Amino acid sequence: MITIKDVEHIGWLASIEIAEEEREEFVAQFNSVLDWFHQLDEVDADDVSPTYRVLDLVNVFREDRVSPSLAQEESLKNAPKVEAGYFKSPRIV
Amino acid sequence: MLTGLKRDLASGSAEEYLECLFERIEKSKLNAFNALSKEAALEKARKFDRSPWGGLLAGIPIAIKDGISTKGIETTCSSSILRGYVPPYDAHVIERLKAEGAIIMGKTNMDEFAMGTSTETSCFGPSRNPWDVDRVPGGSSGGSAAAVAGGEAPCALGSDTGGSVRCPASFCGIVGLKPTYGLVSRYGLISYANSLEQIGPLTRSVEDSALLLEVISGHDPRDSTSAEKGQYLSGVRDEISGLRLGVPREYFGEGVDPAVEKSVWDAISVLEELGASWREVSLPHTKYALAAYYIIAMSEASSNLARFDGLRYGRRTGEDRDWHTTFSKVRSAGFGKETKRRILLGTYALSAGYYGRYYLKALQVRTLIKQDFERTLADVDLLVSPTMPFPAFRIGERIDDPLSLYMADVFTVPINLAGVPAISLPCGFAGHLPIGLQLIGRHFEEDLLLRAARSFEEATPHHLRMPEVA
Repeated sequence: MITIKDVEHIGWLASIEIAEEEREEFVAQFNSVLDWFHQLDEVDADDVSPTYRVLDLVNVFREDRVSPSLAQEESLKNAPKVEAGYFKSPRIV
Repeated sequence: MLTGLKRDLASGSAEEYLECLFERIEKSKLNAFNALSKEAALEKARKFDRSPWGGLLAGIPIAIKDGISTKGIETTCSSSILRGYVPPYDAHVIERLKAEGAIIMGKTNMDEFAMGTSTETSCFGPSRNPWDVDRVPGGSSGGSAAAVAGGEAPCALGSDTGGSVRCPASFCGIVGLKPTYGLVSRYGLISYANSLEQIGPLTRSVEDSALLLEVISGHDPRDSTSAEKGQYLSGVRDEISGLRLGVPREYFGEGVDPAVEKSVWDAISVLEELGASWREVSLPHTKYALAAYYIIAMSEASSNLARFDGLRYGRRTGEDRDWHTTFSKVRSAGFGKETKRRILLGTYALSAGYYGRYYLKALQVRTLIKQDFERTLADVDLLVSPTMPFPAFRIGERIDDPLSLYMADVFTVPINLAGVPAISLPCGFAGHLPIGLQLIGRHFEEDLLLRAARSFEEATPHHLRMPEVA
């Protein structure tokens, strides 16, 4: 069973603040969705290998070529906060 | 239909045609578009009228789902966290469309980050179904489907992670194709669940879908899962006598609207008259597909959507505090409820102690589902089923109960888990609402899929009926 405390913890892991009024609704919905997920418990798949991707991929080698990248101005164009040609982040430590 | 339009545009006026479309959109109740690229499109049309260029899509206007990056045109995924974001580059498919002479009209509404079956989770409000404006157009590519069905665009692109092209095609009575995973480059498609999604066309006819697939498919080194393309136009008019169809018993019965079942069986009879044979087959793990799909999609979403932090692009609201608090607030304000639900549940499924029970188990079940398709498609050429268990539902009917919305995807998600191609095309009506037929093929056998769909379409009148939209 998921509790309000779990929802807060998941929100912290996912970097999403969960408003007070959303918590109870999420608790109820998460429990019903997880209950529904538990139907997979009845499938015997211990010896089955997982499918991460549907097609067999092979490594691709290519020449190391220099090609133009996005200009600095274009890279910064969508950033909400910019300073001296850099993205401006909030304080980290 | 696009071939005829191309001829008309070359001899008539692309500008006048575009003007008509924009006028229709501006008066429309469908809320199909998030952004229009009106001035740039009209300018391009005027250039085309002065000196027409060649190309498979010369002069053809096209609408693009808002999850596909378009250089210089705001791209939001219908999420307020991306409001104002103008991509500095085009997605691979946009480069291909432009190279073949198409004109980008604008961006269409969708469920936020493609998470939904109804287009109701959009921050711009729901799009409406042209056949009944009180009903959903399906989702997540609902704006693209509503635009094409409502006569606001001759064709469109969508993306299909668990049915997001086929579901709205079915609900809006048009053709929607989900290509084999890897056939169309995902470069520039804003990721939701990257191991499942493919870009696909939404059109008024099967041949138009073949034409668009011909343009957008093919190898692109910028997508590490990208494959080589085949030929889709040359054989699309060939006959289908001798074709072996499989009818999966798990895709009929309980939960399926009787009118939908009847239309699909009628369609199977039509295919039989065209020379195909059919037999019943079984895909025994079908009932586990929804749960496996949602665990995988949510897990991938929790990782893919970690990039939205309001640092390099997107909204950054409020005062800056420490890193974690600032971004937790930005993401809390910017994401809608369903997006939060999926990120949070995905985060939980991947967190310490639960990985094996949820994510790994879902990937093992995915293997069993993929094997179901491989085994069945070794004996038959295509599978036939309904696309959706019921016709379009009412706006507001399911949105408050996430599980009841997820259940609607029961016949579309297994296809994405297996990575096989599938097409939805009109096969009848339940009252005034369209019904979609789903054909499913082997990996990279889009040519056969399109040929069967085209034969059916030519023998039936359903695709010719148009909604009366104001």
